[in-house]
Amino acid sequence: MTYQTQVAIIGAGPAGLSAALEVAKQGGKVMVFDENDRAGGQLFKQIHKFFGSGHHGAGVRGIRLGQQLLEQCIQSGVEICLSTVVFGIFPGNELGIVKDGRSHTVKADKILIAAGAGEKPLAFPGWDLPGVMGAGAAQTMVNINRVRPGNRILTIGSGNVGLVVSYQLLQAGASVAGIVEGLPKINGYAVHANKLMRQGVPVYLSHTVIEARGDGQVEEAVIAEVGPGFVPIEGTEQTLSVDTICLAVGLTPSVELPRMAELAMVHLPKMGGYIPLHDSHMRSSNPDIYVAGDVAGIEEASTAMEEGKLAGVSMAEALGLVSAQRARELAGEIEERIGELRIGSHGDARRMAKEEIVRGYEAWLAKQK
Amino acid sequence: MACKTEIKEKKRGPLAVIECTEDIPCNPCTTCCAQKAITFEGSINSLPKLDEDKCTGCGICVARCPGMAIFVVDREYSETECLVSFPHEFLPMPQAGEEIVASDRQGKPVCAGTVHRVVRPESFDGTAVVTIKIPKEYADQVRGIRTERGV
Amino acid sequence: MRVEKHPVLGDLPEAKLVTITVDGRRIQAREGEVIAAALSAAGIRAFRKTPIHHKPRGLFCAIGRCTDCAMTVDGVPNVRTCVTRVREGMEIETQDGLGKWGEGK
Repeated sequence: MTYQTQVAIIGAGPAGLSAALEVAKQGGKVMVFDENDRAGGQLFKQIHKFFGSGHHGAGVRGIRLGQQLLEQCIQSGVEICLSTVVFGIFPGNELGIVKDGRSHTVKADKILIAAGAGEKPLAFPGWDLPGVMGAGAAQTMVNINRVRPGNRILTIGSGNVGLVVSYQLLQAGASVAGIVEGLPKINGYAVHANKLMRQGVPVYLSHTVIEARGDGQVEEAVIAEVGPGFVPIEGTEQTLSVDTICLAVGLTPSVELPRMAELAMVHLPKMGGYIPLHDSHMRSSNPDIYVAGDVAGIEEASTAMEEGKLAGVSMAEALGLVSAQRARELAGEIEERIGELRIGSHGDARRMAKEEIVRGYEAWLAKQK
Repeated sequence: MACKTEIKEKKRGPLAVIECTEDIPCNPCTTCCAQKAITFEGSINSLPKLDEDKCTGCGICVARCPGMAIFVVDREYSETECLVSFPHEFLPMPQAGEEIVASDRQGKPVCAGTVHRVVRPESFDGTAVVTIKIPKEYADQVRGIRTERGV
Repeated sequence: MRVEKHPVLGDLPEAKLVTITVDGRRIQAREGEVIAAALSAAGIRAFRKTPIHHKPRGLFCAIGRCTDCAMTVDGVPNVRTCVTRVREGMEIETQDGLGKWGEGK
């Protein structure tokens, strides 16, 4: 059958739900689609307290923010279609969806792609052994499925994902043999690293993983120090007895649907890969398609929620649900909050990358005229 | 009239020690403090500053800091002992009176100590503020206890 | 390997147990959990064998994207066990290569 809605949102994670709530607040009809059988995206595995300030939910655990957001969406009449795969996006603002093995069509005035991201792999001898997994996978296992993926963990990558997941594996009763980082410094927040170090977890800076070994599953990992160009230095190898290797080497935006929609893209390695160009209010090169969250460049859940709200306001305005003046006010408040999250030694690079995306959009737009 | 005590008495009792080292956007330490003892100059990216005169060492900020980077140290708890409070989110939860090995910022064992107090109200949402009693010379070194776990 | 107690999430709630069969071996699972969780809790880490070299593969993304955890479930190959929930009496087989319809049934 064919469904009709004002706004169709792909992805019921922090960006998608936040956008849905904004549109619903302005009286718009919203349908949110998610392939998972539970809403919340990756928020429900974020059991740590978030940074930011009060209006970002600082000091509150991600899991609680997820519960609040979901409740607000339900109260506001947002329709969330779970276990529903959006397999295609077609001209005329049509989505192809599959639910319970049957395909349907959704016609929408505006579409938001908030499909999130996937973890990047890292190839090395033995990386295909059972026990080598994404750090996010390990996090899902302990915090959602309540099963330890292993008992003795080595984490590759000291970005916030690697640090936070390692800490949460400790909380779940595993031991962490170390964090391996290619750079000569910790990549994520020092406070996250300090929490691990206080538990005696060693951080191997300027190191890389050489090999995973084991009979049918990971039994040990070989790491080595790296010199210039990340080349391993011979003779510095050491073998660690671990049963699990968590790869925290970055995320890449899930841009299958933006590609299918032929959105103009830019390749920005520091934001995870190919990103759909978008204006400062999250509208892509197709005026009926918006993007928000990790699909619009890898950041944190707090920024994903703000970007979702921005896209929501932007879509509500385009649909005539809210006046241009009110939309400007609302967007201004959101942009101020986003601005607060994109400053400082970690945030500056993300802000500059986001500006590059918007500049790319403007250049693309100028060429169309 | 001779004035004997012109020198301002050094503040005694528990005081927050903020070990926040990076300009990350975060401010719960300032908003949770009832005494308004923690402030920023400029944006929420600046490093927090503690007004030692206002701080009562209550430890709310220890539980609230998302980076778990605030401690409370009472250097002069007794002639020979100090108290160090730190956030703790591991099981089993330490119990008051329990003998522990106190560890430093790298998790290295420093000295023996005793759990003085464990505060873990529902509002802390799982984070406990654990206070341990240790020899006073380790006040600047000890920042927690390790939870040995796994295999 | 189950996380029975957790400082933030609390105690693992009680759940009804169901019995599933993995390569003929009966294991207990918590009703409503994903197959990959039940297998991991039972210490099973190899879920399938690669098509060419027949090397074991296990859980990799745990959110239904990478398909490394694909197994044959009730005779249907290529089921993503990290996002498929257990049911009483489910029959699960390690999948070799792309699998065959009807195996394990």
